[in-house]
Amino acid sequence: MKVWPKGNRNIDFVYPGEDIQSAPKARVTLVGETQRAVEIGRARLMVTAGLFTFAFLSISVRLVDLMVLNGALDTGPTYNAANNQPAPTFRSDIVDREGRTIATTLPTANLYANATEIIDATVAAEALISVLPGLDRADLTRRLESNQRFVYLRRHLTPSEQIAVNTLGIPGLYFEESERRIYPYGPLYSHVVGATDPDNRGIAGLELTFDKTLSQRPAALELSLDSGVQNAVRETLQAAMDRFKATGAAGVVMDARTGEILSLVSLPDFDPKDNGRADTDRQFNRATLGLYEMGSTFKLFTAAMALELGVIAMDSVYDARTPLTVARYTIDDYHAEKRWLTVPEILIHSSNIGAAKIALDAGTPAQQNFLHQLGLLSPLDLELPEIASPMFPAVWREINTVTISYGHGIAVTPVHVASAISAMVNGGILNRPTLLRRDIVHDEDRTRVISEATSKQVRSLMRLVVTEGSGKQAEVRGYVVGGKTGSAEKLDSAGEYSETQIRTSFVAAFPMHAPRYVVLVLLDEPKGLKETFNYTTAGWNAAPTVGRIVAEIAPMLGVYPTTKQPMAPELGTLIEASARISEMALAPAGTGFGGDRAAE
Amino acid sequence: MSSAFTRSDTSVVGRWWWTVDRWLLVSSGALIVIGMILTLAAGPPAAERIGADTYHFVRKQSVFLPVAIAVMLGISLLPALWIRRVAVVGLFGAFMMMFGTLLLGAEINGAQRWLRLGGLSIQPSEFIKPFFVVVSAWLFSLSRTTEGVPGNTIALGCLMMVCAVLLSQPDVGMTMVVVSVWCAQFFLAGLPIFWVVLIAFAGLGALVSAYFLFPHVASRVDRFLDPASGDTYQVTQAIRAFQNGGLFGRGPGEGRVKEELPDAHTDFIFAVAGEEFGVLLCLVVVALFGFLVLRAMIKVLREDNLFILLAVGGLAVQFGLQSIINMASSLHMMPTKGMTLPFISYGGSSMLALAIGMGMILSLTRRRRDMEGLRT
Repeated sequence: MKVWPKGNRNIDFVYPGEDIQSAPKARVTLVGETQRAVEIGRARLMVTAGLFTFAFLSISVRLVDLMVLNGALDTGPTYNAANNQPAPTFRSDIVDREGRTIATTLPTANLYANATEIIDATVAAEALISVLPGLDRADLTRRLESNQRFVYLRRHLTPSEQIAVNTLGIPGLYFEESERRIYPYGPLYSHVVGATDPDNRGIAGLELTFDKTLSQRPAALELSLDSGVQNAVRETLQAAMDRFKATGAAGVVMDARTGEILSLVSLPDFDPKDNGRADTDRQFNRATLGLYEMGSTFKLFTAAMALELGVIAMDSVYDARTPLTVARYTIDDYHAEKRWLTVPEILIHSSNIGAAKIALDAGTPAQQNFLHQLGLLSPLDLELPEIASPMFPAVWREINTVTISYGHGIAVTPVHVASAISAMVNGGILNRPTLLRRDIVHDEDRTRVISEATSKQVRSLMRLVVTEGSGKQAEVRGYVVGGKTGSAEKLDSAGEYSETQIRTSFVAAFPMHAPRYVVLVLLDEPKGLKETFNYTTAGWNAAPTVGRIVAEIAPMLGVYPTTKQPMAPELGTLIEASARISEMALAPAGTGFGGDRAAE
Repeated sequence: MSSAFTRSDTSVVGRWWWTVDRWLLVSSGALIVIGMILTLAAGPPAAERIGADTYHFVRKQSVFLPVAIAVMLGISLLPALWIRRVAVVGLFGAFMMMFGTLLLGAEINGAQRWLRLGGLSIQPSEFIKPFFVVVSAWLFSLSRTTEGVPGNTIALGCLMMVCAVLLSQPDVGMTMVVVSVWCAQFFLAGLPIFWVVLIAFAGLGALVSAYFLFPHVASRVDRFLDPASGDTYQVTQAIRAFQNGGLFGRGPGEGRVKEELPDAHTDFIFAVAGEEFGVLLCLVVVALFGFLVLRAMIKVLREDNLFILLAVGGLAVQFGLQSIINMASSLHMMPTKGMTLPFISYGGSSMLALAIGMGMILSLTRRRRDMEGLRT
């Protein structure tokens, strides 16, 4: 046995029989292909080794840079996140057209427990209830005993509640940063903004439509609505609902020139902060989702269509002496004049016979085409998820043409009507309605539906209804209101028109000589009052409600009152003609087939 | 170095002691010791997170470690010819287990990688790596040294099969490592430069297609390029840990990142090392990895046997690549890729597979008088 001296390894000497480990490197001379392959392999292994050296050196440099020089280069988002700076992820605000906050987001704290760290659940629950009285003791104790690492105890603590809980000093309780959607106006904008769920995701209304935008875009969402107008409309509608004991109401104010909706109210409503837990009737948006037969309001469209097509002129006369028989139906006027009526008189007296005859003269295709142009046969094109598609006959017979001429047998939403009426009065341009602030109406959002001249004539007709006809109670001195009543019997559960339940509406524009705003009010099942002589028709409830709204909002909107009575001079004679019967009762003629309810 | 073995000791162990490269042995040992200390640091919080007892991971690792060391030393005792035989059999076995994984494996984090055998969870894809490297080396060398053997073609076929199985799990990271190592070996085996360039471009193409084919790959890359685009929680925590560590670290047990990082004991153990022991230990770890890789490569630079050159070169590349990917990931020098830090991260399969690989390196770098049955 022999131990080799350390420095002596390379001795080229071998004892026989000994196993040699440190044999000197035998430079075997390789031949041909194999030798070449090994040479290449060696050279390339050097290259590989070089690359690895570089990689390990880079890592060392990075380590020294990061740990000793403290990563001065490592700023930016990574640096921020590493310092636990919460990124501003708040859902953006919704503001009205004046920049007033309709919806905003506040930081809050959620209280949760790591139940495994809770020492005594009963004691902890006792203490928590003393500062957060709203908590349920049994439920709280159950959660604290759940042995789970993360269990919510209460969401959205106020800062003072948070301090109070902290002061208790219970180990195992933690706070989680959170945010809460706040609606400073409460229920005022309920159906417009909709609601968010507890995780601040939109579940209804604009919160749902613009969910993605709101959660991503930092800028506020600017609406076309005006809080002052919205408030006036809601207050007035609520008062009317209470007064007439109506079961529901809807109100719309639209800028006739731009299609912007300044106010959209549906009653009863809800508070958006309740996260959509209100009952379905409250959540139902009557202004955009409710489909209603609008009644005589449609006579304006019938007249506009015939005037536009040249089928009639303002002084055309129609025989309203006897009821009209179409198919097996008889169309009658309740308060029949039983004489020949001019076009303005047909509107003033709301004659079903007259409207039907005009529609028959124009023809079914013309009526279909015109209503289609006005968007009354298409789903409502608005930014809300809660929108309805109109109901109308699949097969459009002559009798349908007749009933639709006075607004029966077709159901649309109040916003449909407000939008179409805007086009009637603004010079003939239909603007796509919108809830967003719109400074310029782009070409794709506007279509001409009637001529300037026809629009002027429709304005005169609407004004006459207020000065001479069923809309008198809508007049506001100086604001030159024009409009049209509509009263329709509701379909009862059996599908028959009800004798007792009625839905009234009034659609108006002001000032009539240069219309800026369209106001629509709809009341569901208003009751007769002593003051209204038990009448329930639109002229007695919807029309005065519109009048009150106009009186309140016109000054806010900067519409100056006028002392003149601007009216197209050529209509003078017609006004005189109708003046002869101006002593007539406010609510005019009725119908034989589901028409306006009698005013007697 | 005093020794119980004399030069004249002709037993297997005695011969081993005098021929094995002790530098490699010592640096592997150093890494294993550092790994054990770091598992002590990072293991308990991780164990607490999964609800196990405090020393769950430490205890399991202390069972794996002796086994791994025994396997490493045992393999390093084998002669080169046996290494090749073990690799062929091992590759076949691992391949079968991979199929088994696909059929009855447990799904963890959206991928089927684990096979339950008795009380053990095994990740067969880890074992594929060292065996495949040696088998590829053999095939490449065959095609260069023996007429009429289509070694390259067979190697390519094997690679495709391995990739197919890995991608069906799916394990993109592992596939990338296997392919990279295979390409490196092909490069060493004298692949014409034209093909080297072509494969480099194909590799780029593969990376790009992985980006588009696998959503989680895309999201990781996006988050690397633009940290604001998504959740970079792990890597920001890791960076914070390194910054907290500074020159000397916060001291053993004083680290905080291990309580917040789910993978502190595996993929991000380097961050724990940085926070608790400072830049000095990190540099020692980098130096040890660098030394191991370079030492292994330099050892075979004088090698006349192409198989040994390719096998050791490939194993060193695999070992180095894995350590670089892990460290660079936690230092935010590349998109995060779940990869264990050799010998240091917790994980039985990974540890055992690396022990096999290191054992093979040790065996193949032993000084030999003859070729022990291997043709040059």
